[in-house]
Amino acid sequence: MKYLILMHVDPTVLENLTEEQQKLLGEGHGAFMAETKENGEFISTQALGDPSRSKVVRPGGDGPEVTDGPFVEAKEFLGGFYLLDVEDEARAVELARKIPDVQIPGLAVEIRPVVFSDLGDG
Amino acid sequence: MTTPVTPDEGLWRELAPQALARLLRTYGRDQFELCEDAVQDALLDAHRQWATRPPDDPQAWLCETARRRYVDRVRSDARRRARETRVALLEEPLDGEAEPGDDALLLLQLCCQPDLPRSAQVALTLRAVAGLSTAQIANAYTLPEATIAQRITRAKRRLKDLDGDLPRPGHAEERLPPVLDVLYVMFTEAHHTTSGAPVRDADLAGEAIRLTRLLRQAVPDSTDVAGLLALMLLTEGRHPARVGELGQLIPLDEQDRTLWNHTLIDEGLALLDEVVPGAQPGPYLLQACIAGVHAQAADTESTDWDEIHALYTVLDADTGGRNPVIALNRIVAQAMVQGYAAALSALDDLVANHPDLPRADAVRAHLLERSGRDAEAVAAYRRAIAATVNAAEQRHLRDRLRRLVHVEE
Repeated sequence: MKYLILMHVDPTVLENLTEEQQKLLGEGHGAFMAETKENGEFISTQALGDPSRSKVVRPGGDGPEVTDGPFVEAKEFLGGFYLLDVEDEARAVELARKIPDVQIPGLAVEIRPVVFSDLGDG
Repeated sequence: MTTPVTPDEGLWRELAPQALARLLRTYGRDQFELCEDAVQDALLDAHRQWATRPPDDPQAWLCETARRRYVDRVRSDARRRARETRVALLEEPLDGEAEPGDDALLLLQLCCQPDLPRSAQVALTLRAVAGLSTAQIANAYTLPEATIAQRITRAKRRLKDLDGDLPRPGHAEERLPPVLDVLYVMFTEAHHTTSGAPVRDADLAGEAIRLTRLLRQAVPDSTDVAGLLALMLLTEGRHPARVGELGQLIPLDEQDRTLWNHTLIDEGLALLDEVVPGAQPGPYLLQACIAGVHAQAADTESTDWDEIHALYTVLDADTGGRNPVIALNRIVAQAMVQGYAAALSALDDLVANHPDLPRADAVRAHLLERSGRDAEAVAAYRRAIAATVNAAEQRHLRDRLRRLVHVEE
């Protein structure tokens, strides 16, 4: 069963990280990737650029219109994600608890089941 | 055998697991990695030589070549601590008495080691017994090759670490339950994978059937094995009518039954005729019997729902009422026999005990729609769509919901 773990971040929280928290994030993600890879549960991970780099394309009068900025204006934004393949939801939650973000106030991760996949190699 | 051999993939996949099983039986399962490498070496040798010099007995040739390759590898592996013991072992001849079916069964039993996680058992079975490449398995599960490769590596390492002997050849009763479970999981995953890539699915289902056929040959007396095989044949036989051109799911009552694969269905029905009389039916055989009743009906109306309801009731009791999915299916049959009101009331009771039961809202929506309670059905369909993680099922539920909403407007 595939799950997407979305990492929600808040820019002000990221700006005010202590040295230790910075280290916790860096080493914690490394350890998390190593563990899920070792278990054969890891599929992929991506970190996303700042939402100020976003472009939104939506229907307009003369065909699709392109505007700058995120689709939803919010304090938190999607910082990145892990795609995992695990036995069940309980295991996805168990793993999510090991992501260092959940130890830093103001950050959080969200777990969503995947309903369709195509990795583009078949 | 004197006919020249044209090596094709089917033949490789039949011969390679046998050669692997023989090496493992002779040298021990802690040698899994090395034995597998030796078989790969032997397959390469076969590719090079068979075109010009085909062997009289391909299986014997491959086993012997694999054994020699194993010897080469052990001899050249100076780091191996127990080298001398191994070299002594190498002088032992290969056990020539075993039947090919025994080899496949032995490998199946080995791969279905109960201490391994189910996903590892399945991956290892597909790799070692079915002879699929890591890339093929990855493709079947829409996973990256690295993920599958790691699962297999880890499973082999765990096998090596676990104490105990190899399952004994000819003792099919050992580990039969996990073996059947793995084959069943392999098969149902093929039918439950999300839509959009039907080509992928066929492979897994085909492999599960092929392996269950092998198992049936090796253990002809087991009604559980026969039941699982019949269940697979009858389910696979209905598959062509189950998925529409756009990958959408077509429920049984709307299927064009002329599209069914009647060769598979007839084989499944014949198998039931053979094993059902006098059998003490286990869960797989009971499910096969239910599939058999459906397969013999021309349409939903002429289906023997009394029989299906009775079979589900036995199955429900058989599993101690602990499997709510079976209870849910029994309720669908109950609706056809006792009416929608009785079924809805049974559903209320079931959900009270299993609040998070998947598909409960889908069944409720269906029952409400049939009862003409459209507004409640719409709400239930919406909940059901949110609850499912299967894209094809989601699409099917949305279609139903759309129909109802359009009628309302």
